[in-house]
Amino acid sequence: MPRVVAACSSCRAFTGDVTEFEVEGDTVRQVIAALDRLYPGLGEHIERGMAIAIDGEIHQDALFEPVGSESEIYLIPKIGGG
Amino acid sequence: MSDVLERPESTNRAAAPLDDGHLKVVGTRPIRPDGAEKVTGKALYGADLAMPGMLVGKIKRSPHAHARIVSIDTRKARALAGVKAIVTAADFPDLASEEYEAGESASNLRDLSLNVMARHKALYDGHAVAAVAATSSDIADEALALIVVEYEALPHVIDVEAAMAEDAPVLHAHLFTEGLAARPDKPSNIAKRNELKRGDLASGFASADVIVEGRYTTAAVHQGYIEPHACVASFGADGQCQVWSSSQGQFMIRTYCAKVLDLEASDIRVTPAEIGGGFGGKTTVYLEPVALALSRQCGAPVKMVMTRDEVFRATGPTSGAVIEVKLGAMTDGTIVAADVVLKYQAGAFPGSPVGAGSMTALACYDVPNFSIVGYDVVTNTPKVAAYRAPGAPISAFGVESAVDDLALKLGMDPIALREKNAVRDGMKASYGPTFRNIGYIETLQAIREHPHYSAPLGPNQGRGLAVGFWFNVGGESTAAVNIGEDGSAVVISGNPDIGGSRASMAMMAAEVLGLPVEKVRPIVADTASIGFSMLTGGSRTTFATGMAVTQAAQKIVEDLKRRAALLMDVSIDQVDYMNGVAVCLDASKGKADLTIAELAAKAAQTGGPIGAQVSLNAQGAGPGFGVHLCDVEVDPETGHVTVLRYTAAQDVGKAIHPAYVEGQIQGGVAQGVGWALNEEYVFDRTGHMENAGFLDYRVPVASDLPMIDAIMVEVANPRHPFGAKGVGEVPIVPPLAAVANAVRGAIGKRMTDLPLSPPKIRAAIDAG
Repeated sequence: MPRVVAACSSCRAFTGDVTEFEVEGDTVRQVIAALDRLYPGLGEHIERGMAIAIDGEIHQDALFEPVGSESEIYLIPKIGGG
Repeated sequence: MSDVLERPESTNRAAAPLDDGHLKVVGTRPIRPDGAEKVTGKALYGADLAMPGMLVGKIKRSPHAHARIVSIDTRKARALAGVKAIVTAADFPDLASEEYEAGESASNLRDLSLNVMARHKALYDGHAVAAVAATSSDIADEALALIVVEYEALPHVIDVEAAMAEDAPVLHAHLFTEGLAARPDKPSNIAKRNELKRGDLASGFASADVIVEGRYTTAAVHQGYIEPHACVASFGADGQCQVWSSSQGQFMIRTYCAKVLDLEASDIRVTPAEIGGGFGGKTTVYLEPVALALSRQCGAPVKMVMTRDEVFRATGPTSGAVIEVKLGAMTDGTIVAADVVLKYQAGAFPGSPVGAGSMTALACYDVPNFSIVGYDVVTNTPKVAAYRAPGAPISAFGVESAVDDLALKLGMDPIALREKNAVRDGMKASYGPTFRNIGYIETLQAIREHPHYSAPLGPNQGRGLAVGFWFNVGGESTAAVNIGEDGSAVVISGNPDIGGSRASMAMMAAEVLGLPVEKVRPIVADTASIGFSMLTGGSRTTFATGMAVTQAAQKIVEDLKRRAALLMDVSIDQVDYMNGVAVCLDASKGKADLTIAELAAKAAQTGGPIGAQVSLNAQGAGPGFGVHLCDVEVDPETGHVTVLRYTAAQDVGKAIHPAYVEGQIQGGVAQGVGWALNEEYVFDRTGHMENAGFLDYRVPVASDLPMIDAIMVEVANPRHPFGAKGVGEVPIVPPLAAVANAVRGAIGKRMTDLPLSPPKIRAAIDAG
């Protein structure tokens, strides 16, 4: 199962001190749905404000990006720029 | 300690899909497509458009840094001959608090609206409280003077730490600090607290042989674009609106205008003007909704152009900040612990770049134990706007100053210390993900091997080194490529050209189509003429929109092969296309080659016009690293700092147009040097900005700077067809610390308070 790390302050508002999870999912959307089942409201928070790094590559608004069974997923705040 | 360096594991890196080592256009330096129009004064900027019956719009601004708006009386102004419209907050919908994405990242629509036009309270000197449209500039000025605003002045706060104090004047009664373990019981100017951490900080410091620490401050600085904000807006009798404006994103302008005025986005057509600099500062709206509201009231087009005073007082600078850094290291240079606290001004509404400042603070370093805590703090200053690599130069100033002190304390070469602790492929970034295809080590090596690094220094001279990081982003982009009847091409995108994107779009299309770049004309289209694109910012356009252009050109190549197969009477798999010519792979058939011009001439007979459009959401933007080396000379009598020599190396992935990439690097350095040495917002006791003009707010000019030597390190990003990474943001990250570290070398003292103005340096020298 993909391993998800959500260590940022905004995610901990939903997850408390838990920062690492293993959830089922073949796509970003499925992973987010699984996280939302664990922590209701977290899914919407992720979709609105978080970028998702899959095996080191940062994705934004990419619900259907494939996720491997051994993937490492980091949730980080969305990134803008100047 | 050892200076022996590990070479990176570059042999396993993926190549860019379309870079076969024989590129004909990408990587060359053609003449810029917008150059002639600009140098002959023909290019149309935001202030250049004139329409029949057009009125002059102007804004009345608060003279108070913090005040309750008791009443606004516009009767005398309305009675003035030539005044056609007056608006206040009453003419805008009172929006609910809602985060909404309309560019790169989300903005709170209520705050956005209140920044455009104050309602109930003025939150900074220069905050808009009313606007007029009149038949002349003089009449508009007279009308502004006739508008009577009754204020109840309130205590104000500008300094970030003063704003965080328990007894500070509170800007927003509804603002409660986010990110705390429990919801606070009273409002605060601290909008948010964020935290990043790894390992065990206390154990890390306990194991350290050497500890350095410092407290650093930076002033609020403006993006300093030469062109002020300007627009023309016309609200039609049928509800159809047009806006012409200088911004970093016509779609961003459309969306924000629609939201602020409660209009349908489809009723607004926004045409991008040429842009005279943005650097992040033109990623939001100030004038456009006001001009539309005025035009709606009077039915005539309204032009609004800010003065420089207004640009400084009412548009986003970036944060002034306090940075506290403590580092622990072993005697061999291994950094084992880092504690970073960041306090950033947000201006009148929440949203400083402290989050990005936190994520980038230690991104160049592999540190096992760290804590980074950031505070987003509202103050009675203009709401900050993005500024190149938002937040990163500030935290880098603190961290790179401390790392420099660590190198001195350890007696270690500054590059060797950074190499010892450098992130590499496969390592986890301080903000979480694992790095892939990064060129940081190569960039450090490039500076180490440059003659500058070993050049001798003279008296009163010092050399400083600093490094920097930025994520870079991709995002949504649309591009279209159309082939003309003569075989030339037009590339259409939805991204204003701030830093050379038209050239890079044309070059990537030319490379794929096999055309000379002069045969490709790049166009930036209005919101009704091309599909959605996120704004130009975040170093995304050459990466993301370039990806769309490349894919559109590839679609055309496939179509050209199909058409050639029809004309040759062969199957499509027997046709190849190279260098602008379709060829039959089976020579025995004796088919003549067909050029793109010949295929275009036969377009009607082979299916009609030749064109393709691609819309995508580009993922996989590669992060960038910069390493900067700066020599300065300090005049011990005046304290004046002269930058003698500057060399900047950066991992750029692949330079599509190397001259533009060099220009991005040089421009970032110039702005960073200004941030380090001269620039700052200065307020008087009443909270009024005292230096709102380029005479008193001094940005570097050409004579202040040496030639900046830009070194492009190319470690390809395999997710981009030609390997490009974003380049526009990284180069402003290291200069603050590079200059400060050089000054430390010159005077033997650590300067921690930017800007490093002559009086501060003289005071440090005098202190002995």
